[in-house]
Amino acid sequence: MWDYTEKVKDHFMKPRNVGEIEDPDGIGEVGSLACGDALRLTFKLDQNKRINDVKFKTFGCASAIASSSALTEIIKGMTLEEAEKVTNRDIAEYLGGLPEEKMHCSVMGREALQTAIANYRGQEIRKEEFEVVCKCFGVTDKEIERAIRENDLRTVEQVTYYTKAGGGCAQCHPKIEAIIEKVRGEMEKEVPPAKPERKKLTNIQKIKLIEETLGREIIPALKADGGDLELIDIDGNKVYVAMRGKCSFCPSSEFTLKQYVETKLREFVSEDIQVEEVRP
Amino acid sequence: MKTVYVDNNATTKVAPEVLEAMLPYFSELYGNPSSMHFFGGQVQKKVNEAREKVADFLGADPSEIVFTSCGTESDNAAILGTLDSYPEKRQLITTRVEHPAVGNVCSYLNRKGYRITELSVDREGRLDLDELRESITEETALITIMYANNETGVIFPIEEIGEIVKEKGIPFHTDAVQAAGKIPLNMKKSKIDMLSISGHKLHAPKGIGVLYVRKGTRLSPFMIGGHQEKGRRGGTENVPYIVGLGKACELAKEHLGEENTRVKALRDYLEEKILEKIPNTLVNGDRINRLPNTLSISFEYVEGESILLLLSDLGICASSGSACTSGSLEPSHVLRAMGVPFTAAHGSIRFSLSIYNTKEEMDYIIEHLPPIIQKLRDISPFWKDYLKAQEKI
Repeated sequence: MWDYTEKVKDHFMKPRNVGEIEDPDGIGEVGSLACGDALRLTFKLDQNKRINDVKFKTFGCASAIASSSALTEIIKGMTLEEAEKVTNRDIAEYLGGLPEEKMHCSVMGREALQTAIANYRGQEIRKEEFEVVCKCFGVTDKEIERAIRENDLRTVEQVTYYTKAGGGCAQCHPKIEAIIEKVRGEMEKEVPPAKPERKKLTNIQKIKLIEETLGREIIPALKADGGDLELIDIDGNKVYVAMRGKCSFCPSSEFTLKQYVETKLREFVSEDIQVEEVRP
Repeated sequence: MKTVYVDNNATTKVAPEVLEAMLPYFSELYGNPSSMHFFGGQVQKKVNEAREKVADFLGADPSEIVFTSCGTESDNAAILGTLDSYPEKRQLITTRVEHPAVGNVCSYLNRKGYRITELSVDREGRLDLDELRESITEETALITIMYANNETGVIFPIEEIGEIVKEKGIPFHTDAVQAAGKIPLNMKKSKIDMLSISGHKLHAPKGIGVLYVRKGTRLSPFMIGGHQEKGRRGGTENVPYIVGLGKACELAKEHLGEENTRVKALRDYLEEKILEKIPNTLVNGDRINRLPNTLSISFEYVEGESILLLLSDLGICASSGSACTSGSLEPSHVLRAMGVPFTAAHGSIRFSLSIYNTKEEMDYIIEHLPPIIQKLRDISPFWKDYLKAQEKI
């Protein structure tokens, strides 16, 4: 049995905004009977161009129905520019998460929304412009690329969970692998491994933070092995400590200091911390 | 909440008599049947008695009964053990609708270089025996065909197949996990060489199975170890479960009449009422050659997992051949092999009954199912489209 959240169950048992709007401003239809799930989304705008009414009809499993219901609740009252930015993640998060195998249900919601917005603007999303990678479920390279980017996917299995691509005959698996490699390559170039920005600390803040980190992260771990550590002094980025207990005569204490204490302090306090041991 | 359990092809309740029979072998009677002392000897006697009961149930000789850990092990042992005994033969014949315990072993063997011939089924889930005749070659090492299908309950003509196979002198295995306890089995009058059964499908617990091996059948051991089961399956006997299975087989033999009268009548009643009350509903599989307890039924334009969860909310436990319930994306291989249209394949539900079910329970399902299907059809975009299309006609 699937481990659905209470919110998924609630939106499945009591789906919001079921139906079809007569004469809608935008209509989006995705999926098919053959694929096992399908969603028809219709919306109407008010005079301020905000989504005034939105309704869905869904054929599919509990998470497909819950995702559709969640989507309508999320976008009600939004402008189309705002609605456009809604991702499948937003839908999944609204529901308190979906089993990974079911993430394609949230992707279906996002796709229906995109299609409905394009329909309102008189643009047609034409699948022919893209390559259909998965023939079993009719999934294009564009859809796969987008899912990889938005959800940080790494494996073919994940791509199947999120887009259904590759979930049938499996013949497209090498192609999906190639797309993953290509997109991940691009993603790495786009986002340089940014160092998490740290606020500059005053001396007092730094000393306090070092003491806290020693007390919370480092000393308990040393004590677990029968050792201990005492803070002797702090001078700029240099932290002077003395080893106590077992650590004081442990031949690997220098290793412990350098590798462990320094790493922890650098992680929690500042990249520039240097640890020095004061020997008695 | 009331529980209506109609998923007995998935697993069954352990019969109270079975549990009672098992309990002493967890506590005071814990001896090893192989021991030389009286303490093990008295347990050995009980294992022998259980073996006799299973043999009696199957119309077999006790020496032909090999206890295993489950139906899957029995299937693996039969297939892999036979191939090991005929290393020069490289073809296997099976069907497209086997349980994964056979189907996935065949896929594995295919990757290892074996030629696998999968017989197709028609829209009713029936085999074409001419296709079987044409598939047999000099290379055929084993024919493995299930006795009855777990999803649809369709029964294959196993004895006719046995005749065909025996003319050619090829070993014949059948997975009878769903058939045992529901239709009569008699190995004395049969051409079957090996037959798998599973305890938990006939009111014994999970964790015990049997492989029937006809005398004179060439079969290498699958589980290599001690001398247990005449060297055909190593490992200290799972005594409490073997005793339990013996009791379950004794009960199954007694209840076979009831399965085919009262239980069958309940199933037929459920089927008739559902078809009467819910439009666009169809039964999957041959309605004549079918297990007396099984009903596979499809509701067009709705999806199975949704139906199951709404049923479950009312305490009704069934299962589905829809894609979403298994985590795969395609509907069950059985329904696809039968060519059930997509409008119906995704909305298939299996009700499987046991002697513990009652008419009141069927009425409970009949009362609650129609509004569930209606609710989901009201949500489904295809139902209204279908109704509109009907209006135009």
